[in-house]
Amino acid sequence: MTRDLVLRVFGKLLIPFVLLFALYVQFHGDFGPGGGFQAGVITAAAVIFYAIIFGLPAARRFAPDWLIESMVGAGVLIYGGVGVFGIVFGGNYLDYFVLAHDTVHGQERGIFWVEAGVAVTVSGVMLQIFYMFAGRQRDREEA
Amino acid sequence: MTLLTMMALVTMAIVAQRNLFAVVVFGSIYSFLMATVLVALDAVDVAMTEASVGAGMSTVLLLAALHLTRGDEVKPLHRPLLPLLVAVVIGAALVYGTVGLPPFSDPQAAIHTHVVPRYLNDSLRETGVPNVVTSVLASYRGYDTLGETTVVFTAGAGVIALLRRRRREGQKR
Repeated sequence: MTRDLVLRVFGKLLIPFVLLFALYVQFHGDFGPGGGFQAGVITAAAVIFYAIIFGLPAARRFAPDWLIESMVGAGVLIYGGVGVFGIVFGGNYLDYFVLAHDTVHGQERGIFWVEAGVAVTVSGVMLQIFYMFAGRQRDREEA
Repeated sequence: MTLLTMMALVTMAIVAQRNLFAVVVFGSIYSFLMATVLVALDAVDVAMTEASVGAGMSTVLLLAALHLTRGDEVKPLHRPLLPLLVAVVIGAALVYGTVGLPPFSDPQAAIHTHVVPRYLNDSLRETGVPNVVTSVLASYRGYDTLGETTVVFTAGAGVIALLRRRRREGQKR
């Protein structure tokens, strides 16, 4: 944890906007650059920024280990689940146009959930890797 | 051209530098230059990924790894002549390969005549998504992206499998 007052205040001001930007990148990916992968990385970056300034335990309180670990798998399940929904509604695996009355609407819905799955897995994995590295450091200091 | 020259200079600096912290920072600078090159090539989505993953995330992970090791590169035991030879030969082969490529932004190139016209013309009507990159990534090439997501998942699972066990042993002690 850093004692630098400027960093702490500035970080607290900035992190909400970083998260907001991640949401913008996620949901505006249909219209501009960006999408699930980039949004996932930006979300993870915000939490890592928080961990660097306020220490790893504070970040673990905000995003606990069980949440991160289930995010790693949940994203792939969301993605695969969209494909299974395609079969249930009478199409092939990963067919989106059966997901709504209108084929275009179905496509949009499918893309939305698929991107959500990508974002969840990517941010989960990035945070998991960071936690693992930073956690080892702490274990060594305690030993 | 300026950007590519700067990237070459940064690469030289990385090779010459022995302090690993400086190497990580130079690597981050390299990624930012790469992202700028991609913006210049109008590949904004790729540039965004490069800036966030290459310059941001991998720099942070490398710095975290650097905390666990010593900060200076060890002097090599052997002269790096054989690696140099291998690198030069592979580089020459790659340059030779680029000679056979179609000219830059040639509309008749094979890659632009197969499925690209259909994606560009019909994407908005078929998927309702104005950004063709997103519609190709998530809809037309949904299987590929599912594969990529699985790769990311596998990487995360691998890291958990490798690093988690050590922590549990530490708790037993």
